Amino acid sequence: MGKFNVLQHDLVPEHHLVDAKEEQKILKELNVAKDLLPKISRNDPAVKALEEIHGPLENGRMIKIIRKSPTVGLSTYYRIVTGEVFK
Amino acid sequence: MTGGISKRINRIQFALLSPEEIRKMSQVKVITADTYDDDGYPIERGLMDLHLGVIEPGLKCATCGGKVDECPGHFGHIELAMPVVHVGFIKEIKTFLDATCKSCGRIKLTDDEIASYRKKFDAMSLSSSDPEIIGLMSKKVTDEASQRMVCPHCGVQQVKVILDKPTTFREEGIKVTPKEIRERLERIPDDDLIFFGLNKEVARPEWMVLTVLLVPPINVRPSITLETGERSEDDLTHKLVDIIRISQRLRESRDNGSPQLIIEDLWDLLQFHVTTYFDNQTAGIPPARHRSGRALKTLVQRLKGKEGRFRSNLSGKRVNFSARTVISPEPFLSINEVGVPEKAARELTVPLTVNIFNLESVRNFVKNGPAPRDEFGKYLPGVNYIIRPDGRRIRVSAQNAEENSKRVEVGWVVERQLMEGDIVLFNRQPSLHRMSMMAHTVRILPGQTFRFNLAVCTPYNADFDGDEMNLHIVQKEEARAEARIIMKVQEQIMSPRFGGPIIGGIHDHITSLFLLTHENPLFTEEQMIHIMSYVNPEKTPVAVVKNGKRYYHGRDIFSAVLPDGLNLKFTSKLCASSKAKCEYESDPADKEVVIVNGKMIHGTIDETAIGPFSGIIIDKIFRKYGPAEAAKFIDRMTRLAVGFISQRGFSTGIKDYDIPENAVSRIKEISDEATVRINKLIETYREGMLQPAPGRSVEETLEIEILSVTGGARDESGKVASAYLGLTNPSVIMARSGARAKMLNISEVAGMVGQQSVRGGRLNRGYYGRTLPHFKVDDIGGKARGFVKSSYKSGLDPLEYFLHSIGGREGLVDTAVRTSRSGYMQRRLINAFEDLKVDETRSVQDTIGTVIQFKYGEDGVDPTRSERGETVDLDYLIFDAEQEVQ
Ligand SMILES: [Mg+2]
Ligand SMILES: [Zn+2]
Ligand SMILES: [Zn+2]
Repeated sequence: MGKFNVLQHDLVPEHHLVDAKEEQKILKELNVAKDLLPKISRNDPAVKALEEIHGPLENGRMIKIIRKSPTVGLSTYYRIVTGEVFK
Repeated sequence: MTGGISKRINRIQFALLSPEEIRKMSQVKVITADTYDDDGYPIERGLMDLHLGVIEPGLKCATCGGKVDECPGHFGHIELAMPVVHVGFIKEIKTFLDATCKSCGRIKLTDDEIASYRKKFDAMSLSSSDPEIIGLMSKKVTDEASQRMVCPHCGVQQVKVILDKPTTFREEGIKVTPKEIRERLERIPDDDLIFFGLNKEVARPEWMVLTVLLVPPINVRPSITLETGERSEDDLTHKLVDIIRISQRLRESRDNGSPQLIIEDLWDLLQFHVTTYFDNQTAGIPPARHRSGRALKTLVQRLKGKEGRFRSNLSGKRVNFSARTVISPEPFLSINEVGVPEKAARELTVPLTVNIFNLESVRNFVKNGPAPRDEFGKYLPGVNYIIRPDGRRIRVSAQNAEENSKRVEVGWVVERQLMEGDIVLFNRQPSLHRMSMMAHTVRILPGQTFRFNLAVCTPYNADFDGDEMNLHIVQKEEARAEARIIMKVQEQIMSPRFGGPIIGGIHDHITSLFLLTHENPLFTEEQMIHIMSYVNPEKTPVAVVKNGKRYYHGRDIFSAVLPDGLNLKFTSKLCASSKAKCEYESDPADKEVVIVNGKMIHGTIDETAIGPFSGIIIDKIFRKYGPAEAAKFIDRMTRLAVGFISQRGFSTGIKDYDIPENAVSRIKEISDEATVRINKLIETYREGMLQPAPGRSVEETLEIEILSVTGGARDESGKVASAYLGLTNPSVIMARSGARAKMLNISEVAGMVGQQSVRGGRLNRGYYGRTLPHFKVDDIGGKARGFVKSSYKSGLDPLEYFLHSIGGREGLVDTAVRTSRSGYMQRRLINAFEDLKVDETRSVQDTIGTVIQFKYGEDGVDPTRSERGETVDLDYLIFDAEQEVQ
């Protein structure tokens, strides 16, 4: 069986790696400090799938998630890669 | 609040109490199981020793010399004859026994492994790292050590230790005594403790096996004296008495050299008592009981659960300035009001801080004393207490009122009794949504109950079969302002759940306005005046003159409560399912309710127009004119409805379900046909000729087929019955208008009750292969599986009745299960969400400021302000604009 890419699954929202240069701009737009953003574990299958494309991701990189939303159609969400273990 | 915080918690350290520590903490070594002597004086070295604190006035603490309220209580200790394990640490003891060598006590890891793991553990400090991460690491290491069956240090073969719950450890079936456990734990070197997450500075594993037991202060377990003069001890004291007794007997037996068997029995008994002293609900042992048979409430029970210290005394507290009583309806109150009985109003008070502006009026209140009335005997607010600037409270009585009123000066506080117009919070449990607690203005009423408008039943989910509700008097000006501006009933008309009104007319309101507007009947002037006398309208209905007499149309009467300028067009519930022409309306135009400039022109008022959840008229009035106007409309609308239905009269009885003989026989035919078809299906199935539906087994297919036959039969008979029950029938009026019940319920009464089910399938449990012994084994026919052919009106035969009860029980069980489960889920959600907030940028954050959601609901929209979740209701806006132009 070939390797399965979670990002291609219908129920997994789009995950994009945010360009390091763009991060500041987005933070300014959102008007929050980076450490207050929601987190994503580096063990998350979506992060692993992104690493397949972009190579290893450091902690602190920003991931942009585009989800289907019942209220606005598409909504964007940002998460910061962390090494913390989530249960 | 004065004083503020004098000490701040800097850190919390978790440790184990060592026997030495316990002895050091202890003020007295308790050696006698007795409490008081014959004179009622505490026995020395007993469980009530004066060194442990005092609870009786007159006595002084032997430790600190303090009197009753001064002495905080002091600990004592019991020296146990033999060690016993502490139930709270069973898991940890098991890990220690598993992961360390039974001979040398070292952790069963090689020196290399120890070195590498130690590095990892040293990298984290025990006191500042996340305990969860330490726990995970420790679990990994100890699991690995537990796997090893030969000690890497001394080479001794290991034996698996099995925990025989709750407190017995066995090696190859032979019991390991707590004494042996303790000796093994003692052998574990300090340096190995880090791998278990234990801080060697403050804890030793052998302390998990108790040799000394701490005795809590008397203040923790006070004895109470009953009226009979008999003294009743606290459950903890009872338990401690047991422990001391058994410990003594064990010591004697051991010293006398009694047989090993007796000693072991006593030892086990001691273990039982100490275990239940900590937790009397330990799985695997019977709870210790009081002489009366009641299970004792020991340490864990004091803390755990709904009645425990946390949920009952720390997270939740009793409050002052509140009242609770039965509720009853009062249609003449506004939805914003609550009727408070005089008796309650005299007890509930609002504090008035005296200043130069209110001095006169406040003095007047005080002068009136504690129970004033006006010349007609009507309630006037009095004053119960006045509070001096130094905090002293002075009780006001009829005698000292005059004199006290003169003493009141600026800066004093006067506790005035409740009066009309005061704002209060009204609440009914379970408080499942924010509308469960709303602000009302007070009306003082005679009687013993709280009263409110029927339209407010829905948000509180209240009825009047004995429900009680709570009333809280708001004590501060800021709180009163908030209550008025955001909590008042009229501000809560729109539900945040679906963006529509949650308050509206119910039951008879709907029936009444349906009858008032359906087919637009005419009423005489007399009738109209009677009806309108219930309302406090701004307009009066327009008359139509016929034969020189003035008559009034029902819709015109209803229009009297509509605000001018309201334009609205919508389909009524009555005609919701009809296509071109509505079968229930003689005029095709009446399919839609049309309101132009506050005048109702076409249609029928029903649930869709004024009901809670659906009420379009309430919805639009709220949006166009605001909360006050919406409240006014609901007040008048409900009163109008009550006025009309009391003038007209409305009732239903069993006679309303009479249907002609031929209909009855037709229904009988239908049920017989159904039985024939069921039997045919079963026959086909038995012959093995039944074709399974896709993805189903033959049995499932059969069940589905039978269910569709029985369902069809009920629908068919319902149709036959309702053909004779038109819109003149009271039950049909209630069902069609949405006031109460569904057409299905009517066909159950007049037509056929139909198939009974449990979990969506036909009844099939009970006796072996059958539901009741009256049927043959494996009878899967209609009747045997709960097909009820009778109607409620004709009556059910005994078998049908029984099977119907089985079906009915499911509903009861469901509600019972659902409420407890959803209650728990609600608790967890509330605990998770309670301190999230939406800030001015509409992002959702927790208390630290961590973003939870970038925009509330992803669109930043308050659902209360949305049109049932949509941004705009275009159809309405266009219709409204069109009418306003004209
Ligand atoms: Mg009730
Ligand atoms: Zn003391
Ligand atoms: Zn060893």
